[in-house]
Amino acid sequence: MTTIEGKVWKFGDNVDTDVIVPGKYLIGDIEEIAEHVMEGIRPGFADLVQPGDVLVGGKNFGTGSSREVAPRAIQAAGISAIVAESFARIFFRNCINVGFVPLECSTAGAIEEGQHLHIDTDTGVVTVSETGVTHQALRLPTEIGEILEAGGLEPFLKQRIGGRT
Amino acid sequence: MGMTLAEKIIARAGGRDEVRPDDVLWVEVDVAMTHDSSGPRRFWPALKELGVGIWDPDKLVIVADHYVPAADVGSARILQTTREFVEEYGISRFHEAEGISHTLMVEKAYVRPGMMYVGGDSHSLTAGVLGCFAIGVGSTDMLGIVATGRTWLRVPRTIRVQIDHELSAGVTAKDLILSIIGDQGMDGGLYRVLEFGGEAISGMDIEERSVLTNMCAEIGAKSGIVPADSTTVSYLAERGVDVPEGPFSDDDAGFEATWSYDAAAVVPVVARPHKHDDVIPAAAAGEAWLTRAYIGACTGAKYRDLAMAAEVLAGRKVASGVLLQVAPASRAALRQAMENGVAQTLMDAGAHILSTGCGACPGIGTGVLGPGEVCISTTSRNARGRMGSPDSEVWLGSPYSVAAAAVAGRVIDPRELLAVPA
Ligand code: SF4
Repeated sequence: MTTIEGKVWKFGDNVDTDVIVPGKYLIGDIEEIAEHVMEGIRPGFADLVQPGDVLVGGKNFGTGSSREVAPRAIQAAGISAIVAESFARIFFRNCINVGFVPLECSTAGAIEEGQHLHIDTDTGVVTVSETGVTHQALRLPTEIGEILEAGGLEPFLKQRIGGRT
Repeated sequence: MGMTLAEKIIARAGGRDEVRPDDVLWVEVDVAMTHDSSGPRRFWPALKELGVGIWDPDKLVIVADHYVPAADVGSARILQTTREFVEEYGISRFHEAEGISHTLMVEKAYVRPGMMYVGGDSHSLTAGVLGCFAIGVGSTDMLGIVATGRTWLRVPRTIRVQIDHELSAGVTAKDLILSIIGDQGMDGGLYRVLEFGGEAISGMDIEERSVLTNMCAEIGAKSGIVPADSTTVSYLAERGVDVPEGPFSDDDAGFEATWSYDAAAVVPVVARPHKHDDVIPAAAAGEAWLTRAYIGACTGAKYRDLAMAAEVLAGRKVASGVLLQVAPASRAALRQAMENGVAQTLMDAGAHILSTGCGACPGIGTGVLGPGEVCISTTSRNARGRMGSPDSEVWLGSPYSVAAAAVAGRVIDPRELLAVPA
């Protein structure tokens, strides 16, 4: 069983990849980009995050451009999971591909900033430590589970291609 | 029950007789595209590590459009990496500074009706205008495709978007799609494929239709598609591709919903700064004073867009204090505009013509916005900081609206300058 525990940073609906990672930083490497993560919506965010913290979003989290550095930068900034009411589709794919579990809970709006979450990634159960309230995340199909288990699409491909030759 | 067009294409690419919404399956990709920003610079190291070559150099299109022309040494390095990749793997369909990737995929007829097309960019769904199933993905997905020619996808539900009657004079596909987005919200089509049909669509040319599929990205959709009709067939025939009309959705296909709109009721609209679903009539914008007007992007700088702007700008001058920039979406668009006087009209009005490419649209090219600037743009997105400084503001509108605003110095209903009834 994989569990994640962390403090919540809460964001609203339709958080765009342009505010997660503004275009002007796309030229840099991921550590550099991570220093500016969420700068468009909460300047200084990267300095506030403690490793293991959890990000909670509203509807359509990660809308906008296909930049994969958006989930990568959130990951590199120390965030251990993203829980949202719904995800923009490319962002959702990108999370899986970089081995970052996207937890889609329609009830995530009730989670508050500063609360602590206990997440069981196998069952998709998200528990608020302070209140004991639980939220059930959408279960992912086996085809996607296999990619996440491998740690992302790249290690998955390595296994598959390696297995073939 | 029959299948929708999208379901048919996915089933064929997945080697199945039938698929249903929410099925997850692996599919064979017919053609893929990646550009300088999301492309080789991101996935090449991993491809080397995988120790495999690429799946098929003739099915991969590479376009350098985001960092052209190189504005600094970092950009120049990205372009070099892109060229080195093309050289190494013998990619024949490579275009640098020849146009924006999504515009070229259509203009060069690299996609055909019925194809499974995947592009490494969120606006790749533009190509659905030619009746293919087009989706956008990120760079690790693209790594998988470049290495194996395969990708996984979840079958989306299809929403029929029925547009009855015709658009009035001075009203464009951009006004139509912005109105739909304003109505449905930026996640109104989340995970869905939007299939367009109806009288207004039949009456539009491919360039106008492509504004609709392009901005399906702004409503959260996985794809947008216009089934190939006689207009599509002649467009492709002009490019040496002979195909019949179709394929089409079955009559008894399972559409999740139908969104019906009356084209005749659509008016020129604009999206207010920072949210592309905050849509109001252009006439209601109030005192929105501008420093910049921008005609660019895969969304709004094809030949037809430039021609619309010229219609407004003919014999007029851009207001003082406003800089009008035009970044044509392709060299072909610019050439056509030069041949028939459109470019001359734009320049006579005071427009500054930028290089062909993404330009200021993603905030990484030339012509970006400084703090405090207020811009109206034919592009597709206006999230805070998208086109430059986080302290700038971007309004979105049609080429008519942008050109009219450039002349007036503020956002107005373009029909005021087009001598058509409002
Ligand atoms: S023009 Fe803008 S929207 Fe189109 S591909 Fe370039 S950055 Fe993306």
